[in-house]
Amino acid sequence: MGRKLLLEKADIPGIRSYNVYRQHGGYAAVEKALRMTPEEVVEEVKKSGLRGRGGAGFPTGMKWSFLAKPAGVPRYLVCNADESEPGTFKDRYLMEFLPHLLIEGLIAASWALGSHRTYIYIRGEYAWIVDILDQAIAEANAHGWLGKNILGSGFDCQIYVQRGAGAYICGEETALIESLEGKRGNPRIKPPFPAVKGLWDCPTVVNNVETLAAVVPILQLGGEEYAKTGIGKSTGTKLISACGNINRPGVYEIDMTISVEEFIYSDEYCGGIAGGKRLKACIPGGSSVPILPANLLLRTAKGEKRMMTYESLSDGGFQTGSMMGSGGFIVLDEDQCVVRHTLTLARFYRHESCGQCSPCREGTGWMEKILHRMEHGKGRMEDIDLLWDIQRRIEGNTICPLGDAAAWPVAAAIRHFRDEFAWHVTAPEECLRRNYGLAQYADELVSA
Amino acid sequence: MKETNSMSKFTEEMKVEVTRIMDRYPEGKQKSALIPVLLMAQDASEGWLSPEVMDETAALLGLEPIEVYEVATFYSMFNLQPVGRHVFEVCQTGPCMLNGSDALIAHIQHRLGIGVGETTPDGLFTLKTVECLGACGYAPMMQLGKHYREHLTPEKVDALIEACRNMTMA
Repeated sequence: MGRKLLLEKADIPGIRSYNVYRQHGGYAAVEKALRMTPEEVVEEVKKSGLRGRGGAGFPTGMKWSFLAKPAGVPRYLVCNADESEPGTFKDRYLMEFLPHLLIEGLIAASWALGSHRTYIYIRGEYAWIVDILDQAIAEANAHGWLGKNILGSGFDCQIYVQRGAGAYICGEETALIESLEGKRGNPRIKPPFPAVKGLWDCPTVVNNVETLAAVVPILQLGGEEYAKTGIGKSTGTKLISACGNINRPGVYEIDMTISVEEFIYSDEYCGGIAGGKRLKACIPGGSSVPILPANLLLRTAKGEKRMMTYESLSDGGFQTGSMMGSGGFIVLDEDQCVVRHTLTLARFYRHESCGQCSPCREGTGWMEKILHRMEHGKGRMEDIDLLWDIQRRIEGNTICPLGDAAAWPVAAAIRHFRDEFAWHVTAPEECLRRNYGLAQYADELVSA
Repeated sequence: MKETNSMSKFTEEMKVEVTRIMDRYPEGKQKSALIPVLLMAQDASEGWLSPEVMDETAALLGLEPIEVYEVATFYSMFNLQPVGRHVFEVCQTGPCMLNGSDALIAHIQHRLGIGVGETTPDGLFTLKTVECLGACGYAPMMQLGKHYREHLTPEKVDALIEACRNMTMA
């Protein structure tokens, strides 16, 4: 049983309400933070080694310390609750069941950063969660945790929930800021970074829901104590949303000391592959990160056991590794077709490209078309190299990382499953009839 | 676009709400209210935004109509054509596909007798496919109004269709 720092209280009946949350020690982190200077709070977060939980994994304390503080200019904290990366549904869980944990973290972070107006930008589809958050914010206001002169500290802060309206790109922080300003979600060219010029051209920090919630245990335990959980630079706990062909899909908090194999096969987590089938492949960190075949998923190319940590998941780079990403863990069983799965992802990125940069706008459409014809028995052998060529020309050539995110899944699918693509060309009838891919990739030796 | 829903969709109550939304932002930054207000306007306008509703939104927020159009055309939740009373928005992205969303979509098409993007002749149902809604562990799923319907099966979908029909008759 791993250590739980975020979801520890999730099963307490009524924990969604203020009174129960408070009875169980809630808002102690705010009390503690307000007795510290903002700089001291930032220092604790630095010591904790917390890395951004949205996908990039950038050290949060460092991000906070980059925030410009020109005199007389307001600063803003924005919570990124736009969770839209396929495979990812952890922030939703946190907000739905522990809304006060997020509000508590937001107040402490707002104090650290000097944000008097803090916004939660939530994807528009999570409409019912907006009500849950609004309720929690109203309760926090009624009990003096928000508003003017919080706990007599002289600090004023208000939190507002802002709904998006359907756009994956708004999870990219500068697109999110544009959207929050009432515009299309077109990412901005960086620099200037939001830390200098963000929301309404003011210094802004954008952090993921889970990142901000993690500020609560960091303040409760102290940064050093928090950092004792985990391995190396993967400190603390991480929420993993597991889905696909597994027995127990859901949101799990792991303390980044377990192996991928344990995560998949242990009954505490995924509970093994559904239907007694074999594991074929997995996308361990949300749809944008490279897919890995079973053998490389469970062991690195060096033959070491792969762990659920930032470092281990990326061991081997993109040649033989992947990434922790957002923690969206998508498992494919032996009967799943990688070409078909990659097609759904290519369609996703084509749909979500904002259209600003031509490599992404055009390239995502081309990749979808080519994958569509391969999946439908009309592929040509040269399509495989053509796909490779297109993704290579998107990667690194766009304003924001959506281009990379669209390119990587295609690249990794071809890298590890090239003969499955070829099989779609050589045996189109069989592909159409069976409607799934080659089972040979599922590692027969894989078992708990 | 021939069809309109031109009657003012902003009741006095809604206008109060618009003011409340505008107060969330610092002085002079009220354009930020646009997306929340458009979502509200759409809910009050049979689920879609006609040019008239968008123009009224622009006037209410002191924006140029083009500022509203460019936003309304960007985000997938805004419908710029009339939709049925019940909109089935079925996810088709990877994790849902792994759990049978393609067959589910085919089943709904068959049951409703319409294709994706179409509305039944009685105006009751619209079927849309959408990209990942963040319910991957509870796949396959769809959004129906404000809420998600998860762990869907053909039987559950049939029951939903029936419930929607009954709701409309009541």
